[in-house]
Amino acid sequence: MRLITHNMLSCNIKGVTNGFPLRIEAGNVIEKEVDFNPDFIRHMFAKIEWKALVEGARSMGYAELPEDSPDAAVLKSDEPFLKKLHHALLELHLEEGALVCPETGRKFPVNKGIPNMLLHEDEV
Amino acid sequence: MADQGLEGSNPVDLSKHPSGIVPTPHSPVIYKMPPRIAAIRLVSSHREVYEPCDDSFALVDALLADRTNLIEHNPKICMEIGCGSGYVITSLILLLKNEVPGVHYLATDTNPIATRVTKETLQAHGVDADVICADIASVLEKRLSGSVDVIVVNPPYVPTPEYEVGMEGIASAWAGGENGRTVIDKILPVVDLLLSEKGWFYLVTLTSNFPAEICLMMRKKGYASRIVVQRSTEEENLVILKFWRDKDEESEEKETSSSSFVSQFSKSLSSLMEKQWR
Repeated sequence: MRLITHNMLSCNIKGVTNGFPLRIEAGNVIEKEVDFNPDFIRHMFAKIEWKALVEGARSMGYAELPEDSPDAAVLKSDEPFLKKLHHALLELHLEEGALVCPETGRKFPVNKGIPNMLLHEDEV
Repeated sequence: MADQGLEGSNPVDLSKHPSGIVPTPHSPVIYKMPPRIAAIRLVSSHREVYEPCDDSFALVDALLADRTNLIEHNPKICMEIGCGSGYVITSLILLLKNEVPGVHYLATDTNPIATRVTKETLQAHGVDADVICADIASVLEKRLSGSVDVIVVNPPYVPTPEYEVGMEGIASAWAGGENGRTVIDKILPVVDLLLSEKGWFYLVTLTSNFPAEICLMMRKKGYASRIVVQRSTEEENLVILKFWRDKDEESEEKETSSSSFVSQFSKSLSSLMEKQWR
C-alpha cells in the first residue's frame, strides 16, 4: 500500500467519528520506481490531505516534505518539489506493518502490502 | 461471437509502435493487434478464490468493447470492488496502460486470500494496484466520495439462501441471497457515493437478478445505463451493464413510466439474445 491510498483510507468502526488519518506503524518499507507524471501529481494534490501525507511519509522514513501545504505556484513550476511529492505518493510501499485508528487505537495489520481493514463482528 | 469483444479495438498506430517499423507508401503494414488483457496462465489461484470464468470474461469483453471510450474518458482513479483472482483489474490496467498515463488503481475484496491472489496476478503481469481487504469499499467512502472515474464490479450474483451471504472464503464470491441481489443492492449506493461527476460503472448481472430493475433503481439516482455485453452460456444469462450520470435522466423519468422503461429494457435485451443465437 502506498501513501496515495493511505490518504484515502479511514477507520470505519461503528461509532468512530475521527477515523482519519490512520497512523502508520512501519515494519518493512520498499521503494519501486514509477514513471514521473507531473499532471497526475497535480491532479491528485487537490485530493490530498497534506498533514496526513507528511506524517505518513515521515513514519515510512521519508522526511523531505515540507510541514505546510505548498501553494499553487509551487505546484505549477517547481519540478524538484513535484518529484518529491511523486516519490512520497507513489514510490513508497508499506509492505509489512500496521495502520492504527487514531480514535480507538485498533490496529489493522498490513501484510504483503495489503492492509486488512475487515472489522470484527462487534465493531460493525 | 468471438469477435464481439474486440469491437472497440483500434488498429495499432505504427508510427508510435515500439517496433519502430514506420509504414511508408511503398510498404504499407496493415494488421490489427488486439489490446492486451490478463493472460490466464499468469493468473494466480487458490482453492478459496473464484477463478476467472464466463462472467469475468464477459466483463473484460465489455471493457474491451468500450476501450476507445475509456481512453477518451481519461480516468484518474479506477477501482474494482470484489477483485477475486485479479483477472479483471489486471486486464483493465493492461488495456489502458499505454494509452492513459497516470491512473491510480485500487482493488478491494472481502476475502483476504483473494487480495493476496490479486497481488500475485498483478505482479505476474508486471503491473500494480493498491489492494485492500475490506467489506465493499466502506473504508474509502469518507475520503474518496465523488472521486472515482471508473468502477468495475463482478458481484456475488447467484441466487442463494440468505444465510449463505457473507460467509467466508469462496462463498463470498458467488452467494448473492434472494434473486442474487443482496450484495448488489448494498454495492449500488456505495458506487453512487464514490463515482465522480463523469464516473462510469460496469456491473455484471444475470437476467435472474432483474437487471431492468437495477437500471431503474440507478435511474432514480440520476444514472443512464446501457447493456454493453449480453452472453448466454449453458448455465447463465449474463448481462454486463454500464452506468453513467445523466442530468437529463431525472427529468425524463417524469415522461417515461417505470413500466415502459422495463419493457424497453427487455426488448433490447431479447434482441441482443436473438443476435447471439443467429
